Amino acid sequence: MERLKVNLLGIELSNPVIPASGTFGYGREFAELYDINILGTFSFKGTTLHPRLGNPLPRIAEAPAGMLNAVGLQNPGVDRVIAEELPALARIFHKPVMANVSGFSVDEYAETCRRLDACVQVGWLEVNISCPNVHGGGMSFGTDPAMAAAVTRAVKAVTTKPVIMKLSPNVTDIAAIARACADAGADGLSLINTLMGMRIDLRTRRPVIANVTGGLSGPAVFPVALRMVYQVARAVDIPVIGMGGVASAEDVIEMMLAGATAVEVGAANLVDPFACKKIIEDLPGVMDRYGIERLDKWR
Amino acid sequence: MRQVIYTIVENTPLTANVYRMRLRGDTSAIVAPGQFINLQIGGLYLRRPISVCDWDGDGLTIIYKVVGKGTEALSGMAPGEALDSLSGLGNGYDLTCAGESPVLIGGGVGVPPLYGLAKRLMRQGRAVTVCLGFNTASEVFYEDAFRALGCEVRVSTVDGSHGAKGFVTAILPEHPTHYYACGSEPMLRAVFKALPCSGQLSFEARMGCGFGACMGCTCETIAGYKRICRDGPVMRKEELIWNA
Repeated sequence: MERLKVNLLGIELSNPVIPASGTFGYGREFAELYDINILGTFSFKGTTLHPRLGNPLPRIAEAPAGMLNAVGLQNPGVDRVIAEELPALARIFHKPVMANVSGFSVDEYAETCRRLDACVQVGWLEVNISCPNVHGGGMSFGTDPAMAAAVTRAVKAVTTKPVIMKLSPNVTDIAAIARACADAGADGLSLINTLMGMRIDLRTRRPVIANVTGGLSGPAVFPVALRMVYQVARAVDIPVIGMGGVASAEDVIEMMLAGATAVEVGAANLVDPFACKKIIEDLPGVMDRYGIERLDKWR
Repeated sequence: MRQVIYTIVENTPLTANVYRMRLRGDTSAIVAPGQFINLQIGGLYLRRPISVCDWDGDGLTIIYKVVGKGTEALSGMAPGEALDSLSGLGNGYDLTCAGESPVLIGGGVGVPPLYGLAKRLMRQGRAVTVCLGFNTASEVFYEDAFRALGCEVRVSTVDGSHGAKGFVTAILPEHPTHYYACGSEPMLRAVFKALPCSGQLSFEARMGCGFGACMGCTCETIAGYKRICRDGPVMRKEELIWNA
């Protein structure tokens, strides 16, 4: 449908709906449920240079209107993703996919991105700079403008595809991080990653999550995410992908009104595996109700 | 996996905090005992995974213990109400390795999925022994139901108030051909140690999605980390790294 199309960094999306990394695996589970080619694209599971087993269990906890997770970037490593997941994906998904990358040093980010940049299926690199790291003195890459810029520059130096820096909301001034990434050459930004949270089990008097803290997502974070997308979209001149608690076509429109070019949907996929399909189907009706002719020319 | 809106037909207590719920609706996605359904419960964000106790063409039975907000809300639901469910999740037990005289070992709320398994193994003509472990007499359920299937039923309670005194490992038969276990991890580990024959163990976990997308629940195996919800919840004894 022509009116749903948007352009994300030179690649046309049939609609702005993108399942977020970590909630869609490498696509296989959802492809058994519906034709995932109806999606604009999707961002695959956060991939690192080396395989990662992730954190101890429990990794998941309930929260009011949302959930906490501390999966810990469990993934098979970039080489197996390229050798096994991408060929499997090619059989079920015929559009450019967004490659989500994480790392524990600047060099690791760059090397993982360099390897994925060589894959024809990859349309964009989404660089997650909001995982706790061991390189920068225990500080997240995404919470320090200089480190965020350093990762951006290192990735841009070894890649040709559009680089989208995925920002952490656990900062005082997200616009400053956004500007640092943009100034360092980022092609786009995506936000927000999860908000750090915690739960304690009253019976055991211990944290519910083995990692003690986890990332909060789901509708609970939507207003925070929207505010940050709004702030960042005004602080930079590069495209912004909005995400955080999006669960409906109305939420997608609201994110786009705040300045997002496209919208990622995360936790909603876990509680309703058909969430993105429903959102895409609902979009035209919601656009009609609010007098929106097309999603690419309305701001 | 299939999304099904089930209708509650019955929701009755079996003990002080264990309930049996019968649901009417499409069970076509359920192919093996030991699979589970993931229920959306009003007011809560994440779905709640509950093992299938038994099923037929018209619907299914679940048995759950009230342990938190989700199961508490579930216990307050009435016949006629609808439950949005992802049905037919997980791998379930493999019946083909049972042999002539398998033993089914359940601890507490790990007992329910063994009922559907026992029923199907009895239909195949196996000599099924069922060993059920509970804390105390007032928590015992389904002893007679298993007996009605024709199984040999052994019960233990930790305090000795019903059946043998002690853990379920105290009442295991000597030379079963295969075992099927479901219960807490300490119970599974004890069974793993006690029985030298081949076996299958069903795991419980806090899950995000229940269908393999989020990596919220995993279990270390000889073949790397497996997803409890998708590759499990039933793991083969031989693939667990518990020997060390």
